[in-house]
Amino acid sequence: MNRDVSSKGAKFKLNLARTLVYIFLVFLTILCLFSFYLLIINSTRSNGELQAGFTLVPSTHFFTNLKNAWNDASIDIPRGMLNSFMVAIITAALTTYFSALTAYGLYAYNFKFKKIAFTFIMAVMVIPKQVSAVGFVQLVNKFHLNNNYLPLIVPAVAAPVVFFYMRQYMESTLPLEVVEAARVDGCGEFKTFNTIILPMIKPALAVQMIFAFVESWNNYFIPSLILTKAEYKTVPIMIAQLRSADYSKFDMGKVYMFILLAILPVMIVYMFLSKYIIKGVTAGSVKG
Amino acid sequence: MKKDPEKKKKTKGVSYAKWGYIFILPFFLVYFTCHFVPQALTIYNSFFENYREGLTQVGPRFVGLENYVKLFTASSDGTIDILKYTGNTILLWLCGAIPQILVALLLAVFFTSYRLKIKGQRFFKTVIYMPNLIMASAFSMLFFTLFSNVGPVNQLLLSAGIAEKTIDFFAYKITVRGMICIMNFLMWFGNTTILLMAGIMGIDQNMFEAANIDGATPLQTFFRVTLPLLKPILVYTIMTAMIGGLQMYDVPQVLTKGQGMPDRTSTTLIMYLNNYLGTSKNYGMSGAISVYIFIITGIISIFVYRSLTKED
Repeated sequence: MNRDVSSKGAKFKLNLARTLVYIFLVFLTILCLFSFYLLIINSTRSNGELQAGFTLVPSTHFFTNLKNAWNDASIDIPRGMLNSFMVAIITAALTTYFSALTAYGLYAYNFKFKKIAFTFIMAVMVIPKQVSAVGFVQLVNKFHLNNNYLPLIVPAVAAPVVFFYMRQYMESTLPLEVVEAARVDGCGEFKTFNTIILPMIKPALAVQMIFAFVESWNNYFIPSLILTKAEYKTVPIMIAQLRSADYSKFDMGKVYMFILLAILPVMIVYMFLSKYIIKGVTAGSVKG
Repeated sequence: MKKDPEKKKKTKGVSYAKWGYIFILPFFLVYFTCHFVPQALTIYNSFFENYREGLTQVGPRFVGLENYVKLFTASSDGTIDILKYTGNTILLWLCGAIPQILVALLLAVFFTSYRLKIKGQRFFKTVIYMPNLIMASAFSMLFFTLFSNVGPVNQLLLSAGIAEKTIDFFAYKITVRGMICIMNFLMWFGNTTILLMAGIMGIDQNMFEAANIDGATPLQTFFRVTLPLLKPILVYTIMTAMIGGLQMYDVPQVLTKGQGMPDRTSTTLIMYLNNYLGTSKNYGMSGAISVYIFIITGIISIFVYRSLTKED
């Protein structure tokens, strides 16, 4: 009997704890979503409505704002999105392909400097990119590569973090017998990698492509130092430009629309692939 | 080494070693030209006077440590800019990172608790991770728009009667810094939660059961079992958060139009670097700042690593 009472008390305590946790979770959810909710609502309102006051109800000017933002003379957002998209896709493809290639090279073969090469990549993984920006920008200027996408795309070939993820993935899922079998069948080493290995590590490639795409799409610091001509600018540079423009004269509906357009592609990708993205967050880093 | 002789026997006659070199060659070539050479050039530049003034190019001329001396020389009002910005950066990072790690730790424990059995985990995880993928400059611009003098936050405060007149959120140290910290918190706590969750799930479940059987309270279990076993991942999380924090740029840069208002109290180290590198192309001074950031990153990394792993 005594036990019964105490278990009832425990149950009450547990339910109370659970309720508190849910309240906390709902609070955090609201905190995360509120600013984006306002962004979406405000992108449907006209400048006049936006000046008039605060509301949580959408209005009807979404397509007017979209048209105005899309055709804006000073900030060519469709061009920016196209530029960003091009850079991000190529960067993502290069970084995943070459990281997988490097990881495979260090995983499947035995050679003298194998260990040193691996240790080197692991060591440079923590060096922040920004601290070499000065030399990088100087080189870019010296070779007249500003207003060119090469300096944004090529460095992606050497991505220690992506390499590390690929390497972990291969270690846990790729049996070396496959390689041996391919050799017996007379398949060349390069062909083996392209036609047998790559399809086998598709999930890892997909996850890293998404992350690389998002990172490149959002990248601001280096591009802002390299891309100075209007027709080459990427989306983050345009958004920063929006901030430095004479703000008071702006059509606010248009401003909200610009911000929405800047984050929309990533949001759409996330809506469909969030399950895989969240899985990908852990797989790469925890083992390290 | 131990397995080598066996392997060699297996692949007798044909050596595949050269393919290893070929496959890793692109990585090392690009690393050398796009990361290593720029890094070396950055350090090299820090010993030279090399900048542009209007249309005239000054230098490059070897000046020894002059750039570093200049970096640590107080300006007319007695402040040493680089120290002020270091302070700003660390403060802004801490105000975002401490709640970030605490909340993430709490959530990770809640989500993995077999007693609580939280439902809708996938939904919550999806939501809290989302801000991590948002373009930082766009997120910052959004905050600026929301908190501007004519923005919805001011409208709400005025109409609800909380504020009597428009609050200029960008005129006060505390509000600007507060906004930056909230944004950093929102952008990173979901990511940290997911990492720590994986860490907790990696702990042997028998440990928790044993603690439960021994009559440990949830708090005791947390401090005596979860936290010590989570330490390696916690160290990793804190270190990566810190290295990221020292590079803080997009959010304060866009929010304050690069000015770090009010009175440069939200200027970070990378913003300072950008001031020298952006328009004046002052490779000398920006090189010195880079070396400084590099050294600071190293020192703090070692310090955090030591202090967190000491007890073992």
